[in-house]
Amino acid sequence: MIELKDVHKSFGKVEVLKGITASVAKSEVVCIIGPSGSGKSTILRCINGLESYDAGDITVEGARVNRDDRSIVAIRTQVSMVFQRFNLFPHRTALENVIEGPLYVKKEPREAALARGRALLAQVGLADKADVHPPKLSGGQQQRVAIARALAMQPKAILFDEPTSALDPELVGEVLSVMRKLADDGMTMVVVTHEMGFARDVADRVLFIDGGVIVEQGTAKSVLNQPQHPRTQDFLRRVLHPL
Amino acid sequence: MQKFFHDAVEFVPILLQGVWLTVVVTIGSLLLSTVLGLVWALMRVSGIGFFTGLSASFINVIRGIPIIVLLFYIYFVMPDFGIALTALQAAIIGLGIAYSAYQAENFRAGIEAIDKGQIEAAQTIGMGWWLTMRRVVLPQAVRIILPPYGNIMIMMLKDSSQASTITVAELALQGKLIASSTFKNTSVFTLVALMYLTMSIPLILLVRHFENKASRK
Repeated sequence: MIELKDVHKSFGKVEVLKGITASVAKSEVVCIIGPSGSGKSTILRCINGLESYDAGDITVEGARVNRDDRSIVAIRTQVSMVFQRFNLFPHRTALENVIEGPLYVKKEPREAALARGRALLAQVGLADKADVHPPKLSGGQQQRVAIARALAMQPKAILFDEPTSALDPELVGEVLSVMRKLADDGMTMVVVTHEMGFARDVADRVLFIDGGVIVEQGTAKSVLNQPQHPRTQDFLRRVLHPL
Repeated sequence: MQKFFHDAVEFVPILLQGVWLTVVVTIGSLLLSTVLGLVWALMRVSGIGFFTGLSASFINVIRGIPIIVLLFYIYFVMPDFGIALTALQAAIIGLGIAYSAYQAENFRAGIEAIDKGQIEAAQTIGMGWWLTMRRVVLPQAVRIILPPYGNIMIMMLKDSSQASTITVAELALQGKLIASSTFKNTSVFTLVALMYLTMSIPLILLVRHFENKASRK
């Protein structure tokens, strides 16, 4: 459902994506791993048009992603995004954050949006926090509200940009377990992550990216347990055994 | 002192007519400058080169012209182009335009202080530029904008006295007229000063309230 063909992207003179070709099928969970600065996040940001790309093609269900075209709004409502730093709206309650898109973008009736918003908060285990403003929530709770906000758009896929990297270690689990449930329910997910355990357990496929190219890809087990490329082996050694 | 109170009883009713016009000019130009300032600021942050340039040039031209010259221009020059305004209209429009430049810079600073992640989050749930501004950016920017906005209100209240230069009989001009016909300069101008102060103090308290609220967040 998401296709990338020979995608190139430069920031000034620095080329961060040097020809990325990949695809994500419906209900597939793809984890993108790699060292920082390798272009992982940029791929996600290009998929839903937060960044433009210089060459190549990105399509979502056949529609070409072009951030300067009106069609980008339709693509964004189909492909939601969850950010590393949550980016919840601090002036609105958890519930208001969740229903903002359905109410004002999709123009759903208020009662229906409220009911579904509450159900989504319950789904991420935060039914009792509906009326709390984000600054009063823990990082893990904020990220779960952000996931509920993404789900509220009834997307066909969700992009996760290092969703647990800004969290205290003891809060990582609650966010990952929500994501695991989503994967079990058949949500199409692209996850940039450093959580190798999550990638191993949940991902259908893992892409290892370094220096703006896909160095290695395959099933989670093959990439993470028997990496073929020396750069993948080196990266995994450093991530799994940092000392 | 007794003499002062005697004068006060005599002059306050006349001066209050001036107070009324001062309030009208201040509120009128405040509303106009707020609307115009918001338009300039949104043009400035629109990311569209033409609008950004237009807004920046306008703000710089307005900032470079003294308010009094702007008032003369609108009241004395515009009739040559077939636009004749009453003194009150000219005062409100002149002060409104002059202050819209400062309002715009204040609004822009507030808008640009909002974290970029907020705008991206709004985009990813399908919001367009205007909806992002209305639902996400402006409500958060208001907290940052309000304390300086209060200060601008105080400055406008005082600068409304410049309307006297184009014959609007607001408080300052009313005072000057009474003083020049009665020669009771001390009493009259003391009363005028006290009246401005009386109007300013609630605004000053309001600014303090905004500042406390902003710092608590």
